[in-house]
Amino acid sequence: MAFIDYYKILGVDKKASDKDIKNAYRKLARKYHPDLNPNDAEAHKKFQELNEANEVLSDPDKRIKYDKYGENWQHGAEYEQARQQQQGRQQPGGFGGGFGGGQAGGFEDLGGDGFSDFFQSMFGGGGGSRSGRQSKYRGQDLNAEFKLSLKEAYETHKQTLTVNGKNIRITIPGGVENGQNIKIAGHGGPGKNGGPAGDLFITFLIADDPRFKRIGSDLYATTKLDIYTAVLGGEVTIEALDSKVKIKVKPETQNGTKVKLKGKGMPVYKKENQFGDLYVTYEVQVPTNLTDKQKKLFEELRDEVAPSSP
Amino acid sequence: MKTNLIAASDICTYHDVEYTFINSLGEAGLVQLKVVKKNAFIPETDLQKLEKMIRMHQELDINVEGIEAIIHLLDRVEQMQEEMRVLRNRVG
Repeated sequence: MAFIDYYKILGVDKKASDKDIKNAYRKLARKYHPDLNPNDAEAHKKFQELNEANEVLSDPDKRIKYDKYGENWQHGAEYEQARQQQQGRQQPGGFGGGFGGGQAGGFEDLGGDGFSDFFQSMFGGGGGSRSGRQSKYRGQDLNAEFKLSLKEAYETHKQTLTVNGKNIRITIPGGVENGQNIKIAGHGGPGKNGGPAGDLFITFLIADDPRFKRIGSDLYATTKLDIYTAVLGGEVTIEALDSKVKIKVKPETQNGTKVKLKGKGMPVYKKENQFGDLYVTYEVQVPTNLTDKQKKLFEELRDEVAPSSP
Repeated sequence: MKTNLIAASDICTYHDVEYTFINSLGEAGLVQLKVVKKNAFIPETDLQKLEKMIRMHQELDINVEGIEAIIHLLDRVEQMQEEMRVLRNRVG
C-alpha cells in the first residue's frame, strides 16, 4: 500500500514542463525498453513504471489530480464527498474517475494491462482517457526451457506446458536438438493498450545420455566385446535408442573397430522417415582373474602364434 | 521453401509509418525489400524484426542509423546470452 512518486520515477522536478517530462521519459524509455533489453524482467518492470508515470504526468487532467492529492490520495474519496456535499448534489464532481478508496499498492501488483493498483485506484483503469494517439505496446517475449532425455527427443510426442497459468499443448518433433528454440506466437506477455501479445520461445535442453554421444543426427556408442568373440567372431547385441540390434562380429575383430548401423541414429528433425546412423566402437575386453589352467592355455596359444617370444 | 510476402503498404497503414522509413531500413540492409510489379513487399520472416524497429522509431524516436547500431548490438547480446546458456548447461 504505497504512494508512487511519478516525478521521482522520471527523475524530474514537480515544476517540470511537459517538454521536460517528455524528454525524461524518452531518455529512460530508451534505456529500459523491452526491445532493447531482451530477457530482462527487471528492465521490463522498470519500463512499465516509466509508462505509468508518463501516462499520468503527460496528461494535464491526470497530472492536476495527482498533484492535488499527492500523498494524501487515500483520503481523496472522503475529500471529494465532503466537497460535493458542500456544493449541493446538483454539482457534478470534478473528477470522473474518483478514488477507489481502497487498497492500492506499488508496482509489485501490476495488473494485466501493466498499471499498478495505485494507478487504477486513482484513475480507474488503464489510462483510456488520455487524449491523442495511445502507443500500443507489444507484450514481452517470454523464454522457457524444456528438459528432455535423449530418448524423449527421439520420439515425436505431444506435451502440455503450463505458462503463466495457461496450458499450451505442443508437439515436439523427434530429432529436436539440444539448445534448439521454437517460437509459439502470441503466448508471451499480454500487450498493452491493445497491442499484440508477445511470443513464447522454448529452448529444448537435452540431457546427456551416458550410452550415446550425439553429433547431429548420428549417434556414437561403445560396446564391450569379449576377446573370444573378437578373435573367433560371433554375435553381439547392441542397444540402439529404439530397439536392440543383434549384429555379426567378424573373426579377428580389432579393438577400436567401428561399425555403422544405418538408420539407427536420431530422426532427422521434421523429415519423415529419415534417420541418422549409429556408430558403434568395439572395446575388446581382456579376461582377468585367470585360473592356472586358463593361463596355461594362453601360454600354449602364445607359443603357437609367436614361438620365438620369451 | 515458399516465403509469404506482405505488402509494405499494408504495414505502413497498420503501423502508421511512412514508406520512406521502411525503405531506409531496406537500404540499410536491416530488412529485405522485394519489389514485385512495382510494389514493395516484406518477407513474413522479417516481419517481427521490422515491427521491433518500427517500435524503436515510434516509441523511442530512434533514427535509422541508431536502429542499425542497436540491432547489431542486440544480435551480439543475444549471441552471448546463447553462449552463456550453452556453457551453463555444460557446467551444470
